[in-house]
Amino acid sequence: MNIGIVVFPGSNCDRDCGYVLSKVMDQTVQFIWHQERSVKGMDAIILPGGFSYGDYLRTGAIARFSPIMDAVVEFAGRGGMVLGICNGFQMLLELGILPGAMLRNRDLSFICEEHYIRVENANTPFTNHCEPGQILKLPIAHAEGNYYTNPVTLSSLQANAQIVFRYCDREGKVTTQANPNGSLDNIAGIRNAAGNVLGLMPHPERAAEYLLNNEDGIYIFRSMISALEAHKSPQPA
Amino acid sequence: MTQESKVLPQGPPTSKIIEQHGLSEDEYQQILKHLGREPNLTELGIFSVMWSEHCSYKSSRIHLKRFPTEGERVVQGPGENAGAVDIGEGLAAVFKMESHNHPSYIEPFQGAATGVGGILRDIFTMGARPIALLNSLRFGELDLPKSRHILKGVVSGISSYGNCMGVPTVGGEITFNDIYSKNPLVNVFCLGIVKKDRLLRGLAKGVGNQVLYIGAKTGRDGIHGATMASDSFDDASDKKRPNVQVGDPFLEKLLLEVCLEFLEQDLLVGIQDMGAAGLTSSSCEMASRAGTGIDLDLAKVPRREPHMTPYEILLSESQERMLLVAQPGKEESVLAICRKWGIDAAVVGQVTDDGFLRIREGNQVVAEIPAHALAEEGPRYERPAAPAQYQEFLQSLNIDALPDVKNPAEVLLKLLASPTIASKRWVFRQYDHMVGTNTVVCPGSDSAVVRIKGTTKALAMTTDGNSRYCLLNPYLGGGLAVAEAARNLVCAGAQPIGVTDCLNFGNPERPDIMWQFIMAVEGIADACRTFQIPVVSGNVSFYNETNGLSIYPTPILGMVGLIERTEDITTQWFKQSGDHICLLGETKEDLGGTEYLKVIHSREQGSPPWLDLDREKALYSCMLTLIQRGLIQSAHDCSEGGLLVTLAECCLTNPSGLFGATVILNQDRLRLDALLFGESPSRVVVSVKSEHLKQVMELVQELGVPCTELGQVTQGNMDVTVRGAHDRPVCQLSLSLSEMSDQWHHALARQLEAEAS
Repeated sequence: MNIGIVVFPGSNCDRDCGYVLSKVMDQTVQFIWHQERSVKGMDAIILPGGFSYGDYLRTGAIARFSPIMDAVVEFAGRGGMVLGICNGFQMLLELGILPGAMLRNRDLSFICEEHYIRVENANTPFTNHCEPGQILKLPIAHAEGNYYTNPVTLSSLQANAQIVFRYCDREGKVTTQANPNGSLDNIAGIRNAAGNVLGLMPHPERAAEYLLNNEDGIYIFRSMISALEAHKSPQPA
Repeated sequence: MTQESKVLPQGPPTSKIIEQHGLSEDEYQQILKHLGREPNLTELGIFSVMWSEHCSYKSSRIHLKRFPTEGERVVQGPGENAGAVDIGEGLAAVFKMESHNHPSYIEPFQGAATGVGGILRDIFTMGARPIALLNSLRFGELDLPKSRHILKGVVSGISSYGNCMGVPTVGGEITFNDIYSKNPLVNVFCLGIVKKDRLLRGLAKGVGNQVLYIGAKTGRDGIHGATMASDSFDDASDKKRPNVQVGDPFLEKLLLEVCLEFLEQDLLVGIQDMGAAGLTSSSCEMASRAGTGIDLDLAKVPRREPHMTPYEILLSESQERMLLVAQPGKEESVLAICRKWGIDAAVVGQVTDDGFLRIREGNQVVAEIPAHALAEEGPRYERPAAPAQYQEFLQSLNIDALPDVKNPAEVLLKLLASPTIASKRWVFRQYDHMVGTNTVVCPGSDSAVVRIKGTTKALAMTTDGNSRYCLLNPYLGGGLAVAEAARNLVCAGAQPIGVTDCLNFGNPERPDIMWQFIMAVEGIADACRTFQIPVVSGNVSFYNETNGLSIYPTPILGMVGLIERTEDITTQWFKQSGDHICLLGETKEDLGGTEYLKVIHSREQGSPPWLDLDREKALYSCMLTLIQRGLIQSAHDCSEGGLLVTLAECCLTNPSGLFGATVILNQDRLRLDALLFGESPSRVVVSVKSEHLKQVMELVQELGVPCTELGQVTQGNMDVTVRGAHDRPVCQLSLSLSEMSDQWHHALARQLEAEAS
């Protein structure tokens, strides 16, 4: 599969995603500079983590205006598979492709550590290799991962099974203590209504090698590749 | 050839102005000799920063020659932006450590952040992509609200800069002592990887080549930062806040990518970071190294604000700027890459053949100084040195007058909660330590380990220093710091291959401080020579002194070790119930200068433990043999807090869960506190699978390293029995893992979150 990874000047997980997808998952990776205007030929797009434009303003707030974004929005609108990780999730919120917003972490500091998340919906192109309720251990690394939205939107996310991952403890219990950043309803990742776009705060690309002591992230990449193989995403015009 | 008549005359400086620039009368006379005339104010400012202690190493340079700097792996020794060692497969590891102490006291967040920025630039100007940061921090005790404020500021400064750059902060160490309450130390280490034949250097070669300025615009920030770092503090130091620069990590990220693109396309002759003393130091050092001159036109320098004088432009320490010399005909490609990444770039001058740093503003020459005089011919001092009168008192500790430990369990819990020993998770969870997906061993083991993508290799890194040992005996303290660093590396399975140092001391004009410095340097040099570890880069920070009170002598070492096969990577924590626990090395009555004496008896006295360099070296080769033959499950260096703390850490630090231990210790003729909490060096606690025990014992004996089997890893408590003569039980402890874990894991957070007292 052709996986396009959008590179913003302050992206810093772009090469990590590229490494995992090409060396571990054996896919073709193409880095797409943020000033380009086309994602032609891509089967899926990843918006990687980092600090897109420095993020001195709200995270992802400037990235949403970058030239490549029109093509990404169009690609997503046509049902193309888009994965936003960390800063990429924040961009999807700023673009309005996913609902809600990110606040500063509850304790106001950057947090980098492994956390457990529970697969709330295993019937998505990003989780089809997981069991429902499966517990994954993935690292988070962010200062703004405290997901927030209004009660109406939250109900509709819940009702439509759009909450894909929630922070939980080692046994899979979703508790306040297991919530690292104060995120509403322990949300770690959500999908759009159509199901082809996922935003998540944890970094699956940092947990995809035995040498790094954690391979749980592979579930997500393998799911994506299976979904793409089963049903190739439509190409943008 | 002098062009005296053309240099803009600003009138000869008055003696008051000379003094304000921190130059002595004698130094001024040397300036007159170099110029053959009176300097104007701009030139005086240039000499002032270039001949400052910070830039010229005038008090330390003759002593630093003692360091062994050569070895078969050394690709670049001291004198460049950073040192480099060969790690095989055509690659070199480029690394250096630097201090940012003075700014971090005045403005903790920006001071620490720009410290990270500075060291990163030193690495990527060599053409290397930075892959790891570590830091060594020293603060006052946390019951002082100001110390908490400084720590929080420093940690968030490091976090904000390193995280945004996408370079993981993978390790380091922190020690607390009130001596640092008004002089905190922030030492930052960075390592990068480069193809050996693509290493870039700070050379202005090729007469006629264009000199380019790239990066941030020049502003009025940080003027005389280097001079500030070459002076002591007093109560008015807060007023120096405007001297502290402000960092922009996003801009630096762009600079990093731009520099690596230059390298990829082979566009440069040389490049240097504009660090301390900014445009001045980068230009004259590049010219001096290449034996050339540089002609700069300040009118072309991108500026942030109008009406800046040549003096201000030259001495500004605005961050995130680089000076580079392009290969002929490649200037346009350099500018194009800068445009792509959206950063400012301008041709500001050219390389000349006359050896002068000539500064113009349009057609007017505003300064003209031989570059070599600035960079290399600064004053050198062999300052008087003598031990302080209190030195004897410090070492005179009558241990017999101190009661032996009554309740070892209680003492252990106190030590585990001492912030110097307690878990630093509160700190390192704020650092992105995983970005780059190379971090195999995260913060919390003896060394951090990163793998090198595309090879089977990994690098282990550690920063170490024990300033209390150095206070009590600077020679031994220096050697012990080297030994601990190397021991940390071999415990991770790595062969030490190079070291960088950051030497933090008080005012070198005081003979007692100079004595500490000279002795510590000798201790480090002798240990490095014995262990065959070359010193490839380093930094000296003097004048860490406030109101006449100076810090303890604090040399910090940043050491790098090579692991040829990632299978050999070893961590400090117990892995499996039933494994045997062994102690390599011998425990002696080493209580002087220990954390135990400080925390329990409030004494920082005595002689630090004696270090037998040959024994220590034998331990290293023994450890590496055991690890490379796959005979060891875990290995943990025994240091601050002694054997009991080491065992507790082996039990508590495995990220996947806690382990217990059942251990029997023989007291021999030792005091109980020396047995449990003494800090004899050359010791390592290892755990071994049952099936390997016999082989390990035989091999260790063959290699001449003392080894004692202590007990086994369990699922229960940490049970320790001490036996005296004729196996008579002396004491028995049973510590619950949850109680130890609670003390050790949460002590730092509790103290930091305490209400201001």
